[in-house]
Amino acid sequence: MYKLLLCWRYLRTRYIALICIVSVTLGVATMIVVNSVMAGFTHEMQSRLNGMLGDLVIDCRSMDGAPDAAAHMQTIRRTVGDDVVGMSPTVNVPALLYFDVYGANGKRQSVTRQITLVGIDKSTYADVSEFGNYLQHPKNRDQLDFQLRENGYDTIDHMAEDMSKVQPRKQMKSAGWGYRRYKSMIEKQHAAEAATKQPKAGDEKAEVNEPFDPFKAQAEANGEAQGQEFDSAKEQHTGIVLGIGICGMRLANGSDHFLALPGDDVKISFPTASMPPKAISERYTIVDFYESKMNEYDSNFVFVPIRSLQESRGLVDPTTGVGKFTSIQIKLKPGADANAIRDKLKSAFPQEFYMVSTWRDKQGPLLAAVQMETAVLNVLLFMIIAVAGFGILAIFYMIVVEKTRDIGILKSLGASGRGVMGIFLTYGFSLGLVGAGAGFVIGWLFVRYINEIADGLGRLTGQPVFDPSVYYFYKIPTIVQPFTVAWILAGAVLIAVMASILPARRAARLHPVRALRYE
Amino acid sequence: MSSSLAKTLAESARSFDSTGSEVDYEPAALRIARPSAKPASGVPVLAGPARLGCRELFKSYQKGSVGIPVLQGVHFDVSDGEFVAIIGASGSGKSTLLHLLGTLDKPDAGEVLFDGNRIDNLPATSRDLLRNRHFGMIFQAYHLLPELTAFENVLAPAYIYESTLGYWAKRKQYRQRAMELLELVGLADRAKHKPSELSGGEMQRTAIARALMLKPEVLLADEPTGNLDRSTGDQVMKTLCELNEKQNLTIIMVTHDPLIAGQADRTVQIAEGRIVG
Ligand SMILES: Nc1ncnc2c1ncn2[C@@H]1O[C@H](COP(=O)(O)OP(=O)(O)O)[C@@H](O)[C@H]1O
Ligand SMILES: [Mg+2]
Repeated sequence: MYKLLLCWRYLRTRYIALICIVSVTLGVATMIVVNSVMAGFTHEMQSRLNGMLGDLVIDCRSMDGAPDAAAHMQTIRRTVGDDVVGMSPTVNVPALLYFDVYGANGKRQSVTRQITLVGIDKSTYADVSEFGNYLQHPKNRDQLDFQLRENGYDTIDHMAEDMSKVQPRKQMKSAGWGYRRYKSMIEKQHAAEAATKQPKAGDEKAEVNEPFDPFKAQAEANGEAQGQEFDSAKEQHTGIVLGIGICGMRLANGSDHFLALPGDDVKISFPTASMPPKAISERYTIVDFYESKMNEYDSNFVFVPIRSLQESRGLVDPTTGVGKFTSIQIKLKPGADANAIRDKLKSAFPQEFYMVSTWRDKQGPLLAAVQMETAVLNVLLFMIIAVAGFGILAIFYMIVVEKTRDIGILKSLGASGRGVMGIFLTYGFSLGLVGAGAGFVIGWLFVRYINEIADGLGRLTGQPVFDPSVYYFYKIPTIVQPFTVAWILAGAVLIAVMASILPARRAARLHPVRALRYE
Repeated sequence: MSSSLAKTLAESARSFDSTGSEVDYEPAALRIARPSAKPASGVPVLAGPARLGCRELFKSYQKGSVGIPVLQGVHFDVSDGEFVAIIGASGSGKSTLLHLLGTLDKPDAGEVLFDGNRIDNLPATSRDLLRNRHFGMIFQAYHLLPELTAFENVLAPAYIYESTLGYWAKRKQYRQRAMELLELVGLADRAKHKPSELSGGEMQRTAIARALMLKPEVLLADEPTGNLDRSTGDQVMKTLCELNEKQNLTIIMVTHDPLIAGQADRTVQIAEGRIVG
């Protein structure tokens, strides 16, 4: 009884002890914040990675792929059919993308980007990945058909959780057929003007630093050969979905600026599957953007219909009409053991030609790095709490010395050594609880308002703490995991108790007479 | 103090005992440890049953490699209800003797007897219980706990005796008892004061109330008036005398002051580590 009472009184009268637990509080708060942010990032990243990659992927080792996706999918179904929800073949090939940008001076410039061109089956691809949800037109999210829409592209990021932070994408309002018709009209006018001007000032054209455009010649050749004029106001090329990072950029104020819009044409060169490979070029019309918010994907992947890509690359067997694929994405039932299924598929497909991997395998180094980072941070931060433990130890020794006479009094009144020890252990325990509790509250509040804090700091320093153009997140993602928090709190309390064991034992062993005589 | 002291005490005792639940005046440990020691030959035999006594007590303090002998065969008995003053010069070992009697320390040789049972060699838990329930101790420096109020200081032995739940169950009786004791020593209005807000005399009276909390059989007082002026000291002495007379409380008091010692029933002189008269 007296243990609790005295412990309570010491807590209330000895502020030095409260100060020594500030380090516990700070350590706990930091650990909670760091773990929450790390967990948030990891979760966000994983869901995006998984969203883009599907659960399992079978890749052909050859870039030119293997024939007959249907037969392969049948084999997969036979082997692990019970756990498979959906499958979709794709053709992946590295490629170069060109598109025109009109600078502020009105001059046209061609931009070249290195990309990965992915041919997808629009009917099944949405089953294996979140791809469909990342598109910018609501109808395309329901079913993508690679046709340019009249209008109605999202001007507000539909994936943003916090609408207050989102800057509207004003450019997207005009995207679609309307934009394409308008642009076509302007281009025709320009062409007409240029045609009338050309005889007068022949050297003016040369000033426009226009890179050599292989497509123009080719397209003109095609048009002439087929004897028909392609009217860009009414027709579109094969549809293409661009990663939003390829032609869009996020400005420092959080708004997005697009260099090209749905309705614009792009050109892509990629190698054929012939031997030796030849570079061929195709024109495509942007029908939508996708935004997975994983920068690596958003600035790298572009999607076209698989059949058109197979035909362009010469992957279709001319006699049977069966196309080749380079990978098959597989979506598993929730809760299925991806690793076990991967191993089964590995034995079903010869390893010389196929690579079977889970999305975790594919992103192994990245995930491992994040995990490693979290672990190292935790170790370092726990060291801080351990250091705080030594602070508690020192201050407890001081308090025991200061309270020597009181300990003697308690013993003269019949308190046992264990009872006296109990006072200081309870004291340490309560200090740990108070410290950890305060740390939890501070950490939790910090996590809860982390974006507001980041904004405030950004305003204060004039430099954004969390730059959305870097991370492609609007907000810092956080997840407070109860298990982690409990673990941190228990650890902090344990350290406080451990630090109080030595002083408490000293108090318990004090000789009552010597303690009473202590001045 | 109040002339109705005995009556008050008796009443409070009755009300405290009426529950009959918590009083265990002879702990099991004491019953087990039956003494074999018979009084050595040549010991003065006192009238009445011996409440507390010691047999050939030796105690020395180690100062480096040399032992400083403090007690060299102290031998005496205190009978039930007696008020004995132990008088001796400063440094003669009076406090040491009292600590040995109160089982706060262990003698190098000799025995301490309580109701005829040897207590100096009891296990720690039994000695803790003895100090808690059977002995009340008062010190020259008062030794109140500074974090607790006077009222809580008086309750301290009960806090120590009871578990948290046990105390909670009987808190009414204990609090009533503590309040009555504070009234008895005339400090009812100071109950909420911290020791730092009390005068020396008030602190010593609080200490007396605390010593009486669990109705001890023996009161051990180490120079209770040593830090007090004459009139405050007299007040404290009057309280002790009344407790002795009306409550028949056995008191052993240590002092260097013959005037104070004179108020006791009997005076025992200690010099050079022995009882000299
Ligand atoms: N812890 C100790 N170490 C060494 N000597 C001590 C210690 N405690 C007491 N003494 C010595 O024992 C002697 C008796 O002390 P004490 O019992 O306090 O005497 P009194 O109470 O009669 O003044 C003194 O000489 C004192 O110096
Ligand atoms: Mg003394």
